[in-house]
Amino acid sequence: MSDQTAKIGDNWPSLIGKRLPRVDAVEKVNGDAKYAGDFNLAGQLWMKILRSPHAHAKIISIDASKALEMPGVKAVVTAEDFNNWSWGWGPTTRDETPLAEGKVRYFAEAVAAIAAEDEETAEEACALIDVIYEELPGVFDAEEAMQDGAPQVHDYVENNQSWDFHMDYGDVEKGFAEADLVREDRFETGRTLTGFLEPPAAVAQYDTAGITIYAAKQSPYFIYRQLASCFKLPLSKVRVIQPYVGGGFGGTKNDSTAGDFCAVMLAKKTKRPVKFVYNMEEVLTTCRRRHNMIVDCKMGMKKDGTITAVQTKVIADGGAFTAIGPLTMYLTGIMTTLPYKLDNYKHDAYRIFTNHPVSAAMRGHGVTHTRFAAEIQMEKMADELGIDPLEVRMINAIEAPHETINGITVDTCGLKEGLEIVSSSSAWKDKDQNKKDGPVVRGVGISGTSHLGGARQRGHQSCAAIVRLCEDGTVNYLTGASDAGQGSDTVLVQLVAEELGLTMEDVTIQRVDTAMTPVDNGSYGSRVTILAGQAAQKAAQEIKRQLADAAAKIWEVEAEKILFNDRTVFVDGDPDKSMPFKKLTQIACYSESGAVIIGKGYSEYGLEKMDFEKGYGNPGVNYSFTSQLSAVDVDLETGMVSAKDFLIAHDCGRPLHPVNVEAQTQGAASQGLGQALYENFKMHEGRTMNSTMVNYMMPLSTEHPDFELHDIITDDPHGPFGAKEASEGSIISTPPSIVSAIHDATGIWFTKLPVTPEKIVLALKEKKERENAQIEENK
Amino acid sequence: MENITCNFVVNGQAEEISLPPNRTLLHMLRENLLFHGVREGCSHGECGSCNVILDGKLVNACLILAVEADGLEILTVEGMADGEDLHPIQQAFVDESGMQCGACTTGMILSTKNLLDANPDPSREEIKDALAGNFCRCTGYAKIFESVEAAAETMKGGQQ
Repeated sequence: MSDQTAKIGDNWPSLIGKRLPRVDAVEKVNGDAKYAGDFNLAGQLWMKILRSPHAHAKIISIDASKALEMPGVKAVVTAEDFNNWSWGWGPTTRDETPLAEGKVRYFAEAVAAIAAEDEETAEEACALIDVIYEELPGVFDAEEAMQDGAPQVHDYVENNQSWDFHMDYGDVEKGFAEADLVREDRFETGRTLTGFLEPPAAVAQYDTAGITIYAAKQSPYFIYRQLASCFKLPLSKVRVIQPYVGGGFGGTKNDSTAGDFCAVMLAKKTKRPVKFVYNMEEVLTTCRRRHNMIVDCKMGMKKDGTITAVQTKVIADGGAFTAIGPLTMYLTGIMTTLPYKLDNYKHDAYRIFTNHPVSAAMRGHGVTHTRFAAEIQMEKMADELGIDPLEVRMINAIEAPHETINGITVDTCGLKEGLEIVSSSSAWKDKDQNKKDGPVVRGVGISGTSHLGGARQRGHQSCAAIVRLCEDGTVNYLTGASDAGQGSDTVLVQLVAEELGLTMEDVTIQRVDTAMTPVDNGSYGSRVTILAGQAAQKAAQEIKRQLADAAAKIWEVEAEKILFNDRTVFVDGDPDKSMPFKKLTQIACYSESGAVIIGKGYSEYGLEKMDFEKGYGNPGVNYSFTSQLSAVDVDLETGMVSAKDFLIAHDCGRPLHPVNVEAQTQGAASQGLGQALYENFKMHEGRTMNSTMVNYMMPLSTEHPDFELHDIITDDPHGPFGAKEASEGSIISTPPSIVSAIHDATGIWFTKLPVTPEKIVLALKEKKERENAQIEENK
Repeated sequence: MENITCNFVVNGQAEEISLPPNRTLLHMLRENLLFHGVREGCSHGECGSCNVILDGKLVNACLILAVEADGLEILTVEGMADGEDLHPIQQAFVDESGMQCGACTTGMILSTKNLLDANPDPSREEIKDALAGNFCRCTGYAKIFESVEAAAETMKGGQQ
């Protein structure tokens, strides 16, 4: 950064690092922002989906004749219409059909859909479809599903094994032999909802131009490819237009839904636009959720706290289909070698089909589970060895540069600095004095975690950008990257404006329209700022090169000497030679027969080879580090836990938009709070028992603690202006720090998330009984 | 089901609408009058994204039938700004970045108005209580609380 600063002067960078308003703020506060469900096309029909009343059943027959006789009903769609087409993450995992074909594999799976003149008619008509089922025994527990003789979710898959993934680096047996203490513990993570407030919705059209669909997607190019494949159309005839998106957080809004496929099919059949909006019960019962996992963790530690080996075994409830599950399994292992030094690591992950709704990605994808297990186990062992929770982390924390045993390369790391910040707080130093006598006891816990930015997976990886210079000196910026609320549009506009020396108002970002914007893999794995950001910079640089050539001719200097800042173009070292950006634009655009100035750019970070099968090489472009202190009050009588303070020191390289970085850290911590204390789908024979927002409990305003945030600046060489991940780190650091805080308050280590009041009361009762028995024994 | 003709004053504008008796206030506002700033989230009165002010009271528009609002005044987020000039509460949400995806924001703003109309100088705890019926998954609420505090500060200065 310093070289360029010297060139342009003290006011560079003029936008990066500034506390600017979001580019979408005004339309979001005045009601103008339009979401998918706000679109209405002339002549549109409404669609409703008929869903399965069984978790596992053969479909014997479907008779929609009565429904079709109902006035206002225009068409029905069933599996037959899709002609055996199926979809999935990889060539061997295309196990999902738009509508259930032959059998249903989870409760409320989509079976048929109706298009009618209005929503009520469509819903009533769905009830008239006569489906005859033959119920099958279901399997609702991943460990049971692995046993011989368990009901098979897919006939061709034995023991219901959806996917497995294995890593073996160093020599864990040797590592355990060298340890002074070896522990084995079982941890469990909950089945949680991503929790977006805007349900899936779309309006679809199908005509000779192909498909046009306004759809609520955080990764619109997934559905673009899926619709082209499903309807056997060239990609050039699939137009996905992305309205504002009301939250994503992974999973559902990355993929297509049954609703999307059915709406397009019904639009094709009826030759009219078809609209649907899922209700919240459909979201809670059928949308993709986070895998709940069993993590068996074994760790070896020396007396001084050094970790000698870690072995993890993961069993994940995958639900009825594979979806993106193979990537989840990969991430449970690959990231366990960060952020603590580890020479010996073995990992075995099994994703298991059950008759549950499909599990897929959610913020902190895969990493949250194994990191939670390893953090808590490390602290338990330190506790046994009489080592302070901070000290055990400082002993084992990596320092940059670092290469893990599985080939992850870390060039910048602010973990130790972060741990020092959280531990120098009065909340940590005075924790024993602040404990209180009860019944409400204050507990304080810490954690130190890592996450990847610029997630990589097999296949398409790069981001692209097109910047079009308008002849009045303003700019249209086209990107395939999408903002589901995280604020990436603001950061990308900042990067374009910064490169061109313009203001935020000079740059207009176009939301994704696959007929116009360049293809992009999507918004997941904290990849937008890093990869779409680099593409944006490069596209803007191409504009600059063309303008610099024009300016160089005017001033008869080398193009390299032309600089752009503050809506002005000038010659380096010759302040008399300068003109407004707008004027140069006009000269360049109006010269000779006229020029059209367009810049394009592609991301180039993270292109080196990786071995997905063995978990070797970089799963991301760079790595963030999060250190967190959580202070909670635990009521020893009721078991109620109340989060009071979160102190988070996050190394995101450099915050390009500090307000967004804070907001992302706070939001991810909020979801981590939900996972730690409240959230879990309660299942009974495949049914989701808490299927409304009233009884599936996500944290509300009153549950939130006060935040104290610290940025650790490390300027990573593999991100625009040094940026790394900023949107997922604290969803990983929050649960272990809360569980550690509950231990501090109660003396009990909880290993199953969420830690509910019931679990706390029962564990305290057991502890009391054990202590009483001990007293009796000692008498 | 026969339609019923109702009269409303929405954001100061008189409206006469013929609608089925089972139509909610939410669907009337969204589908008959196209006020999309009134958002549909949970449809169970839990999330607050459909908050409007009905005759001076904050309500969840999903829980009220439109016919129950016959003859009453309704304020939606679209009625907050004065032309191009945002209401101080809206401006505070812009200035403090009190939103991410925006799905809860419009309801949050009406809840804030309801709070500040009754209590111009709320404590942090009072703000938390006032917004307990407005679900936000994105922000962790910190910047929303700061937005409400900033709005209270501006409005104490005599604006609106």
